Amino acid sequence: MSRKLFPVFALLIVLSMVLAACGGAAAPEAPAEEAAAVEAPAEEAAAAPGETEGPAPAASGDTLATVQARGHVICGGNSGVPGFGFLDTEGTFTGFDIDFCKAVAAAVFGDAEAYEIRPLSSQERFTALQSGEIDVLIRNTTWTLSRDTDLGANFVATTFYDGQGFIVRKADGINTLEDLDGGTVCVQTGTTTEANLADTMAARGLSYEPVVYEDVETGWTTYEEGRCDAYTTDKSGLVARQILLTVPDDHVIMDETISKEPLGPVVRHGDDQWFDIVQWTVFATFFAEEHGITAANAGDMMASTANPREKSFFGTEGELGAFLGLDADWAYNVVSQVGNYAEIYDRNLGPDTLTYIPRGLNSLYTDGGLLFAPAWR
Amino acid sequence: MAKTKYSTEEAIPFWRDERVLRVLGQIVFLVVAVSFFYYLYNNMITALAAQGMTPSFEFLGRTAGFDIGESLINYVRSDSYARALVVGILNTIYVSIFGIFFATIFGVILGVSRLSKNFLVAKLSSIYLEILRNIPLLVLLVFWYSGVFITLPRVKEAITFGPIFLSNRGIAVPWGIPTETWASYLIILFLALVVSIVVSWRLKVIGDRTGRPPLRILWVPLTFLVLAMVGWLVLPQSPLEIEYPALKGLNFTGGYVFSPEFMALLSGLVIYTAAFVGEIVRAGIMSVSKGQHEAAKALGLTSFQTLRLVIFPQAMRVIVPPLTSQYLNLTKNSSLAVAIGFPDLFAIGGTSLNQSGRAVEVIALMMGLYLLSSLLTSVFMNWYNDKIKLVER
Repeated sequence: MSRKLFPVFALLIVLSMVLAACGGAAAPEAPAEEAAAVEAPAEEAAAAPGETEGPAPAASGDTLATVQARGHVICGGNSGVPGFGFLDTEGTFTGFDIDFCKAVAAAVFGDAEAYEIRPLSSQERFTALQSGEIDVLIRNTTWTLSRDTDLGANFVATTFYDGQGFIVRKADGINTLEDLDGGTVCVQTGTTTEANLADTMAARGLSYEPVVYEDVETGWTTYEEGRCDAYTTDKSGLVARQILLTVPDDHVIMDETISKEPLGPVVRHGDDQWFDIVQWTVFATFFAEEHGITAANAGDMMASTANPREKSFFGTEGELGAFLGLDADWAYNVVSQVGNYAEIYDRNLGPDTLTYIPRGLNSLYTDGGLLFAPAWR
Repeated sequence: MAKTKYSTEEAIPFWRDERVLRVLGQIVFLVVAVSFFYYLYNNMITALAAQGMTPSFEFLGRTAGFDIGESLINYVRSDSYARALVVGILNTIYVSIFGIFFATIFGVILGVSRLSKNFLVAKLSSIYLEILRNIPLLVLLVFWYSGVFITLPRVKEAITFGPIFLSNRGIAVPWGIPTETWASYLIILFLALVVSIVVSWRLKVIGDRTGRPPLRILWVPLTFLVLAMVGWLVLPQSPLEIEYPALKGLNFTGGYVFSPEFMALLSGLVIYTAAFVGEIVRAGIMSVSKGQHEAAKALGLTSFQTLRLVIFPQAMRVIVPPLTSQYLNLTKNSSLAVAIGFPDLFAIGGTSLNQSGRAVEVIALMMGLYLLSSLLTSVFMNWYNDKIKLVER
């Protein structure tokens, strides 16, 4: 009997060796993946820091010259997020981020159409920027410390303050988080969303009942059926999903935002002039809104204004444009061709669009928001 | 070793000696098995160390930082992961106990009905068993959740049955709130329990002596209930004050609310497991030979008496072991709760894993806790099985 068993033992030993060998090769990978999945933040996984070796200081200091020689600006963008960067049925890109690309083109060339969009995935975007394939990255990218330093990118300004928000039924009359006191909130498990929600409610001393789902679909269905008073996730996610609800108009996304997701254009390290151009283009849209300058009245304002700040904005006084290496009327071109911040916002995310997001933090500081342009002098 | 001085034959070499080989084989197997698992463990430790992590359960003491919808004990977000997991296991136990209780009752009724001579009852029961046994539990759970409990009216249009409210926020029922005399009442209940046990024992003695066992299942609970009621009336203040649920703001407050997640999970588990219990009960009853039925009939026992006194005592021996498996299954199946948002051990474990990043520890802990609950159920059922098995004389 034992003799018969010998081959079995031999087989077992060989098998275990094979398994061990396989394990040796494969095992270190599996936990690494797992850890990555765990660490991945709520938004798309960022490019790994080690992914791009030696940030290519391509076109260091002469991005403007390169762009001008080429004749158009190349922006890294998104093609699948309605409201921000979306390739429509006619094959053109539309969206909030796309309009800022147009603004840069208007500032540089005086022609808002002198741009090209390179749709990029979240993994590709920083590599494309570092290698000089694109001039500026405007692709709902969250400003974080590691990206600002380790990835060799420079965030110029925040164009959109995103964050975790709530969607509620209009009929319930819930306007603030305080109105949700004692209510029920549907949330998806596994993200920072759940913890953000708990932190915020605890900080405000509000009681609520969380209903936590593994599956997004179940969460949305049960919210729609009225199991929950609110559903919470990132605001852009709420907006995209709201369109898919049976009667989107019965629901409204609350102004309230409970986590920080500042999104904005990104340029390469090492070219301060280009950094300044993109940054001040963004500021120009803020400034124009603050001063009531719109695409429609920009020409009249330019001719008639007596305000010295507005004069320097339009380039009719002083030579601020030259400091940036641009034409004197660069800011006028931005506003007249693309519009001020409010116009860009309303066009893509305003009340008349499908992807309506209340402005909330994305209002001028005078309206209780965070948009604040530095002094124009 | 195998060679002895006195052997006349040529010594058998030890590798041909069956006695040696037997032991050797076991040792080799043990060594292979142990080294295999040690290798896996070591591999994991090395891989974790490469990421600068060492397995440690230290995180259990840290702040969990997330909220839980339903909890039997007080829990807030600043409590530790350990407490969050305790909330999870308590919820699992809570739903399992209710599930086992109802699945058993329902299952026994189904099993007996299937053997009924009444055509309609027997056929209905068979159809039920055949259909429900063949639907995956997850499908059933989603059906009960998305198809039944969530489609109840919204909270403001709740269906009202007297003080009970039915809505898709759950079933709100009046609930007793302990008053000052609650502690004394607990003592009375304990005394009532003791008295009932004594009564039960007396009845058994009487039954053994006279050969006409009284209906203990009726008299014992009755004793308890009467004593409990007397105690309630004797106390100066009623020990529980009834609190009625009322719609206040967005949700019902007061009373007790059975959440739709809990109700869906319980319904799914009970209806699914009852089908299996029904088949087990049928198998148990059919294992009792026909002669026993006929003998009972010949003695003039009614069919209920036949079941209670002749059939079930013998069928139990066949029923209990597979029934234990079903109880264990029910407990483990409750982890499907994660699909419908009930915060059981698995759901809370998953959240803890995501928030703490301690994958290996959390999974190990969850496996350990499920194992523990299964083993405890097993131990109890084995004890019960020993108690009811046929005593051979």
